[in-house]
Amino acid sequence: MSEKTKTSEECSRRAFFTHISYTLGGLAAVMVGIPIVGSILAPIVNKPKPIWRPVGEVKNFTIGDTVIVSFIDSSPLPWAGVTSETAAWLRRSGEQEFICFSVNCAHLGCPVRWVAGARLFMCPCHGGVYYEDGSVAAGPPPRGLYNYPVRINNGQVEILTSPIPITTV
Amino acid sequence: MESLRRAWLWFDDRTGLGSALGPSIKHPVPPNSASWFYVFGSATLFAFMLQVATGVTLAFMYVPSAGEAYQSLQYITDQTTFGRIVRGMHNWGASAMILLIGVHMVRVYLTAAYKFPREMHWISGVVLWALTVIMAFSGQVIRWDQTAVWSTIVASEQAGRIPLIGTWVAQFLIGGETIGGATLSRMFAYHVFIVPALLFLFIGLHLYLVIKNGISEFPKAGKPVDPKTYREEYENLVKKKGIPFWPDAAWRDMVFGFIVITTILLIALIIGPPALGPPPNPSNIDALPVPDWYFVFYFAFLALMPPQMETYLMVFGPLLVGALLFFLPFISNKGERSPLRRPWAVAIVALTIASISGLWAIGITSPWSPHFDAKPLTTQIIGAESGPIYRGGEYFNEKGCLYCHTISGHGGERGPNLTYIGDRLSTDEITWRIMNGGLNMPGFGGTLSNEELADLVVFLKSRTRENQELSSE
Repeated sequence: MSEKTKTSEECSRRAFFTHISYTLGGLAAVMVGIPIVGSILAPIVNKPKPIWRPVGEVKNFTIGDTVIVSFIDSSPLPWAGVTSETAAWLRRSGEQEFICFSVNCAHLGCPVRWVAGARLFMCPCHGGVYYEDGSVAAGPPPRGLYNYPVRINNGQVEILTSPIPITTV
Repeated sequence: MESLRRAWLWFDDRTGLGSALGPSIKHPVPPNSASWFYVFGSATLFAFMLQVATGVTLAFMYVPSAGEAYQSLQYITDQTTFGRIVRGMHNWGASAMILLIGVHMVRVYLTAAYKFPREMHWISGVVLWALTVIMAFSGQVIRWDQTAVWSTIVASEQAGRIPLIGTWVAQFLIGGETIGGATLSRMFAYHVFIVPALLFLFIGLHLYLVIKNGISEFPKAGKPVDPKTYREEYENLVKKKGIPFWPDAAWRDMVFGFIVITTILLIALIIGPPALGPPPNPSNIDALPVPDWYFVFYFAFLALMPPQMETYLMVFGPLLVGALLFFLPFISNKGERSPLRRPWAVAIVALTIASISGLWAIGITSPWSPHFDAKPLTTQIIGAESGPIYRGGEYFNEKGCLYCHTISGHGGERGPNLTYIGDRLSTDEITWRIMNGGLNMPGFGGTLSNEELADLVVFLKSRTRENQELSSE
């Protein structure tokens, strides 16, 4: 009788220690997991503020011409070096009007080129082609080129930095 | 010698390594598995060991900083002692791993070694294959030049097509909303910490399983796998006719492994590492990010699939292939093993190799891309030095037609060859097609003046067999 009690007591002690071990192990993993996973996922959650970046004086752009301009992106880390630069196609469409297109093809993000003679944007990767207003002319892109907001400020043309446009379903 | 022997005896007594590992190394294997068909798995392992050694060496010299990695790569390639060779070996070793894994997988599939009781061998192998592909891609990215930057964008754009969570996955890959300071550090962490750790884990499991369940015997036609009796039969076979793995079976692995390692070294010495492209500058749009050779078939697939289906194919295609491979042992894990009795298995392998090589061959020339560097038509080809035909030919050069259409050997391949277009289409038909476009041709109605259009049509109408023969005389 006494032996039986002893066994069941031992079993419950054992079960208790088992639970304690699992709980503490799990708790420790969760406690250190939050900062670890959190810091890895942070770049997805933290949205950098869009910034107006100057790309040149209004008078330096010819009406009707589409030119490539480069500027610093919205989240330039101090060690990014040349990779903090980004580009856009800018067209002066009137005296005070500008229109700005993303260089990223809406198909898979390759850099599209402006072919002035044909007045088309062409992508070298999978053959996407866009008309001068950015709408799809041919090839696989599911939508037209993305636009950047652009404004004139104190005689300077400024572009609002944006994320790399990701074409979603 | 005696002191060395005594040192080993002391070491073995305290660690027990000799008695722990000895039986594994000398364990008996089926005599017909000692064959040249069975050397590709171990060769992949040797190539992996080379990747670890050369990868660690590169990490001594490489700076994983988005702003400086390019300079450190230049330094490794041009200035350090042997750095060029080490980078070369790491690059060609990666190619070797992809190739050898492919051959190993085909061998295992054709001899149905994935059947009972080796289902987990196959599954751990599929995981290893996927991890190797991730290594190959992340390795291409941390070779931080212009192609790397644009390849990362292309990969993120593909991830972006995943329903609901696409944007998050894409931004996880590039470490934010733009390519920049965070991108390379993250790719570096995947490439040297996370994926290698998983690789070691799964290689350990893969090898442990080979010891636990034994190397599969070479299949005999008409001798199917029956899970009820297989293990007993295998044990009897090994007990009665087995030969020790070391050295009776392993010497072939060593010979082939030696050839693989020597070949990688020789290619590294002769060809060297791939040339670095221009610096990684996302504002430099003069880029055509073509991936390394083993991804070129997929690059072609992305260009050739029908646009209406591409989102599904892009996301669910690879998932489906991965799932099929993963679950293969559950689809069939008993029955015939010999390829002689499994015509469908042989057909699947043949079809896969044919489609991949086909896509690969097309991918190298990428006929769907506009050829921006096409040589303009000369006056001789145009066949006139002034007048409407001459002006039309000049417009053909200038308006981008040339990037997609070939005339007399000049130009791109995206659209039809127009060398003899005058024989095929009437003036009205040519005009209509230029104005309206269609299929993969933009409509030029909005950008051409009436005079330009008229000249272009006259020029194209003059592209006849008769005229070409006249001008070539």
